Amino acid sequence: MNMQQAIKMTAAETALVDAYTTQIGDLPGDGSVLSVRDTLVHELRTAGLPTRRVESWHYTDLRTLLRAVPDADPTAFADRVDALVPGSTVLSVRNGGAEVKGSLPEGVIVRSYVDSLLDGSAAAGLAVLGFDDAIGRINGGLVRGGLEIDVAAETALEDPLEIQLVQSLGQAHTRFPVTFGAGVTATVIERHLSTDDAESFVSSVSDVTLAEDADVIWIILQQQGAADTHLGQIRFDLGKNAKLHLFVINAGGKLVRQEIHGKTSGEGADFKLRGINLLGGESHTDVTFTLGHNVPHTTSTEIIRNVVFDRAKGVFQGKILVAKDAQKTDARMACNTLLLSDDADLSAKPELEIFADDVQCGHGATVADIDHTQLFYMLARGIPENKARAMLVNAFVAEIVEELEDHEAVVEALEGVISTWLDKHA
Amino acid sequence: MLEIKNLHARIAEDGTEIIRGLNLTVKAGEVAAIMGPNGSGKSTLSYILSGREDYEVTEGDILYNGESILELDASERAAKGIFLAFQYPVEIPGVATMQFLKVAMNEQRKYRGEDELTTPEFMRRVKEAAAELKIAPEMLRRPLNVGFSGGEKKRAEILQMSLLEPKLCVLDETDSGLDIDALKVVADGVNALRSPDRAVVVITHYQRLLDYIVPDTVHVLYKGQVIKSGDKTLAHELEANGYADIIGAAA
Repeated sequence: MNMQQAIKMTAAETALVDAYTTQIGDLPGDGSVLSVRDTLVHELRTAGLPTRRVESWHYTDLRTLLRAVPDADPTAFADRVDALVPGSTVLSVRNGGAEVKGSLPEGVIVRSYVDSLLDGSAAAGLAVLGFDDAIGRINGGLVRGGLEIDVAAETALEDPLEIQLVQSLGQAHTRFPVTFGAGVTATVIERHLSTDDAESFVSSVSDVTLAEDADVIWIILQQQGAADTHLGQIRFDLGKNAKLHLFVINAGGKLVRQEIHGKTSGEGADFKLRGINLLGGESHTDVTFTLGHNVPHTTSTEIIRNVVFDRAKGVFQGKILVAKDAQKTDARMACNTLLLSDDADLSAKPELEIFADDVQCGHGATVADIDHTQLFYMLARGIPENKARAMLVNAFVAEIVEELEDHEAVVEALEGVISTWLDKHA
Repeated sequence: MLEIKNLHARIAEDGTEIIRGLNLTVKAGEVAAIMGPNGSGKSTLSYILSGREDYEVTEGDILYNGESILELDASERAAKGIFLAFQYPVEIPGVATMQFLKVAMNEQRKYRGEDELTTPEFMRRVKEAAAELKIAPEMLRRPLNVGFSGGEKKRAEILQMSLLEPKLCVLDETDSGLDIDALKVVADGVNALRSPDRAVVVITHYQRLLDYIVPDTVHVLYKGQVIKSGDKTLAHELEANGYADIIGAAA
C-alpha cells in the first residue's frame, strides 16, 4: 500500500478515513468490492476532500465547510415515520439500514444492496464518475446499506414508492440501484429526513435506469436536521422515448450537496428537472447538475427556484453537454432566485457545451427580491405583511409543484412541506 | 368620514413633491368625484390614502372617522375599512384567486376581532357577489388577475370591494380600459354598495363614468391641490370646457 501522505488531513478527512479503518472487516463486500473500497479511501486519504480549486466544487469548498464528521453509530436506528403521500408503499431505511419486508406491488422486486456487495455484483457500480466525484468516493468507501429495486416491464404503479431514509445521529451511507423496465409508469419518492437535532453525516447515491418508454417521476425530498451534512447523488440513464421528471426539494440540512448526473441514451428521451431550494439559517446548499444529450432528438428542461433567507448560501451549477451527433437536441435551463435578506447569497452557474450544430439550447438566471407592487396590492387588501410575504414566496415555488397536478396527493403533500417550512422561516 | 388637511406628500425615493397642501372632506354616505388633468396627483392621492410606502407625508394629516391614519400601514388601513380599487390591478401568479379572497377576508376579520368565515359561508358569499358582477366561476379558479382581460380585472376589483365591505372606497380610474357594457356592470356594482354609512371617492379623468356613478360632490385637483369644488354640474362644465378655464381662474 502506498503510504504517501500528500496532505495534512483535516478533522473531517481523518474522521472519514477512521470510519473506514475502524469498520474494516465489518463493511459488507467480497474481494472485488473491498478492493474498490480500498482504492476509494486511499484516494480520499491522499487527495483529501475537494477544495475551491476543483472547478466543480468551486462554490462549495467541502474541505473547509465540512468541519467535523460524527462517529458512525451502528446501533442507532431512527423510527420510521408515516408515508409522505398516503397509500404509498414505504421502503424503510433507518440510519442507513434498509429492510426488505412487507408486501410490494406486483412487478416490483426489491433486494438488499448488502447482498450485491457481498456477492460482488455491486463492485462495478462503486466506481467514481470522475476524479472530482467526492460523493461517489465517500459513499463507495463507506456504503453499508441500500436497496436494489427492479420494476418489471409494463408495470403501472398506481401509488408512489417511498424510499424513506430516516436518520437520527451518526453516519449513513446508502445506495439505490433502480431499474425501470420498458413501458413502466411509476412515482418514486426518495425522502431523507432527520428525527432529531443530533448531528449526522449522510451520503446516498441513487443509480436509475429507464428502459424504452418508461415514464417516471422521481422526487428527492431532503429534510435533514439543522446540524446535518447531506451528500446526495442521483445518476440516471434514459432509454428510447423514456421520460424522467425529477423533482429535487431541499428543505433542511446544514451542509448539503445534491448532485444530479444524467445522460440520454435513446432517441426521443425527455428529461425534466424541477428544483426547489428553501434555504435559511446558516445553511449551505448546493445543487450540481450535469446532463449529456448523447443521441439525436432528445429534450430537457430544467427549472430551479431558490428562496434564500437569513445568512443562507445557495449554489446551482447546471451543465448541459450536447454530443456531436446529438442533432435536434432541445434543452432549456432556468434558475430563478428570491433573495430575502441582505446576507443571503446565491451563486448560479449555468453552462452549455454544444458540439452539434442543429440544436436549440438556452439558459437564463434571475435574482430578485419580492415584487413590491404585488406586496402592496396584498397589503391593500388587509393581508399583514409577514403573511403576504409568505404567500408570495410560496407562490414563487408553488408554480413548480403545480406541474404535478395529475398527482393531487403528491402536490398536496409537497405544498404541505413548503408551507410548513415557510411558516418556520419566513 | 374622511378629512384631508393641508396634506403635503412627496415621492420617498427622489423627494419630488406631488401633493401640495390638499384639503378635502368627504362625509359618510357621500360619493365624491376627484377629477383633474394628467399629472395632477390623482393616483398619488389614492396611494397615499391606502398607505403605499413609496410616498411620504411631510405635512398635514389624514383623518378617517376622526383619527389620523398616517401611522397605520396599508394592511391596517384596509382592515379598518379603506379600500383602493387599483387602476392597474396586479397579477399574482401562483396565488389562486379564491385563496386570496379568503385570506384577505379572514385577515381583516381577525384584525377586527371577528370570527373567521367558515368555508361554506365564504363560498356562498363569493358565489353571490360573483353572479351579481357577471364573473364566471372559471375566472375565480385562475391565479389572481393572471390572464384576466382589462374588464375582468376591474370587475374582480369590484368583487373584492363588495366582499370586503369597506367603509371608504377609493376607485382609481376604474373606467380606464372599459367598454360601455363593462362600465355599466362596474358602475352597478359600485352603486349597489352606496349606503349612508359608506363613502366613495371616485378618481377619474372623464365625466363619462359619472353618468353611471352620480357623485354628490366634484373636486378638481391640479398640481396637488383641490382648486375647485362643486356638485355634479361641475363635471359637466369640465366636460364641455376642459380644465383650462378653471386652472386659469385658480392661477
